[in-house]
Amino acid sequence: MTLNTFKRHVRESMKSLGRNGWMTFASASAVTVTLLLVGVFFVVMFNINHFAKKVENDVEIRVHIELTADSRQKDALRRQIEAIPNVKEVRYSSKDEELKRLIKSMGEEGSSFRLFEQDNPLSDVYVVKAAHPQDTVKIAKQIETLPFVHKVNYGQGTVEKLFDALKVARNVGLVLILGLLFTAMFLISNTIKITIFARRREIEIMRLVGATNGFIRWPFFLEGLWLGMLGALFPIAALSIAYYNVYQVYEQWVSLPFFELLPFSPFMWQLSGLLLVIGAGIGVWGSVMSVRKFLKV
Amino acid sequence: MMIEMQDVYKTYPNGVVALNGINVRIKQGEFVYVVGPSGAGKSTFIKMMYREEKPTSGKIIVNGVNLAKIKDSKVPLLRRNIGVVFQDFKLLPKLNVYENVAFALEVIEESPKAIRKKVMEVLDLVGLKHKVRSYPNELSGGEQQRVSIARSIVNSPKIVIADEPTGNLDPETSWGIMELFEKINDRGTTIVMATHNKEIVNATRRRVIAIENGKIVRDEAKGEYGYDA
Repeated sequence: MTLNTFKRHVRESMKSLGRNGWMTFASASAVTVTLLLVGVFFVVMFNINHFAKKVENDVEIRVHIELTADSRQKDALRRQIEAIPNVKEVRYSSKDEELKRLIKSMGEEGSSFRLFEQDNPLSDVYVVKAAHPQDTVKIAKQIETLPFVHKVNYGQGTVEKLFDALKVARNVGLVLILGLLFTAMFLISNTIKITIFARRREIEIMRLVGATNGFIRWPFFLEGLWLGMLGALFPIAALSIAYYNVYQVYEQWVSLPFFELLPFSPFMWQLSGLLLVIGAGIGVWGSVMSVRKFLKV
Repeated sequence: MMIEMQDVYKTYPNGVVALNGINVRIKQGEFVYVVGPSGAGKSTFIKMMYREEKPTSGKIIVNGVNLAKIKDSKVPLLRRNIGVVFQDFKLLPKLNVYENVAFALEVIEESPKAIRKKVMEVLDLVGLKHKVRSYPNELSGGEQQRVSIARSIVNSPKIVIADEPTGNLDPETSWGIMELFEKINDRGTTIVMATHNKEIVNATRRRVIAIENGKIVRDEAKGEYGYDA
């Protein structure tokens, strides 16, 4: 393809947007509506995911070591824990450190525990982190069987439930987003099919004067691209403004300590890019699929 | 360049037999009328030449190539050597006269400079140089057909195929269009024209091929229309 031809395709695709005014509007609107929905879902999903990751990363296994274990046996235990697959990190915390942590976590009332500083009843602890939080339970079960382990604590029961809930939330979100995208592609390919049906005469004439299929397809390909990107502009703007305001209000007035929203930047930039790419993708896909059936010689 | 058909049969998927053993040779530079009653196979006969339809069996040789055998991807290249004109003009309503004609050259990736030169030349030939900026709906039927003819010859094809080009035009305008086809034929271009226009066929005395029931029933060098009305 020569540069002149490419310029012609770009020019024609742009002109065609103007010439098919209402159809352009209809197709771009279809993209807009879907991307708005998809965008909202993405915002929710990414934030849930962010929350889930944070929670999951806070999950750790506290291995209480038998009081009778000497330092050699403790070292041996450490090596055994480290040898378990998918263990990311093993940190030692002496019983004094544990007491300090306890006092700190109790706040005001913690001071009453200071008595124990004379004679500390706690045990030394290995804090174990799994490479993948989902492996926590499995690893904890294995650690329980090792010698000189007094007790293993990882929030039994709660952690399993939490992981299950997060898994369901993620899968449901994924299915919904895929479903929405599929609907969008269907909707858009139908709208574009109508626009192209209205232009089958143009395609017919192009074929009569000796245009190759590739040549005929290019302007439609580009038109789909512009439509998709055009349709993505409004959802991007709307979501950005909405998210910016929600984020401000949440940070200032609500701000729960265990749940934080993803900061506007870079999250919204990434999401905007994603929506633009999805818009362009469904636009191109829709127009290429629709023009295909008019190209059979 | 010659058009040659050997034992061409065409049966449409719905069972209609459109062509029933056609043998014909058309030499370069000839002017041929194709006549016959409606539904006799004229249109199919004509469509075979620019491979809008493929024969069920038989050979169609245009420019030394058997159209029955060529791949779909080669059809565009064939069409660049053949101009086609229709009864309903087939102009793009949203393009002006200049753009409609230039279209045929853009498609074959001519340079913009060459396009401008050739389009203006051919619009001069068909006598529409003063209407380059007009849109099809601002033109009379005859003028629209002139634009369509200009488009068909702008890339200097060796053959022009016309399917009832005067079918939608009044007699006086038809004569103007016919003069134009004569002019194109004088430059050495083969013209194959399906027509119902008795007066024109009888007055110009060109080769006439009559098709009935999918067969050539008459092929005369300086023939007459041969049907009433």
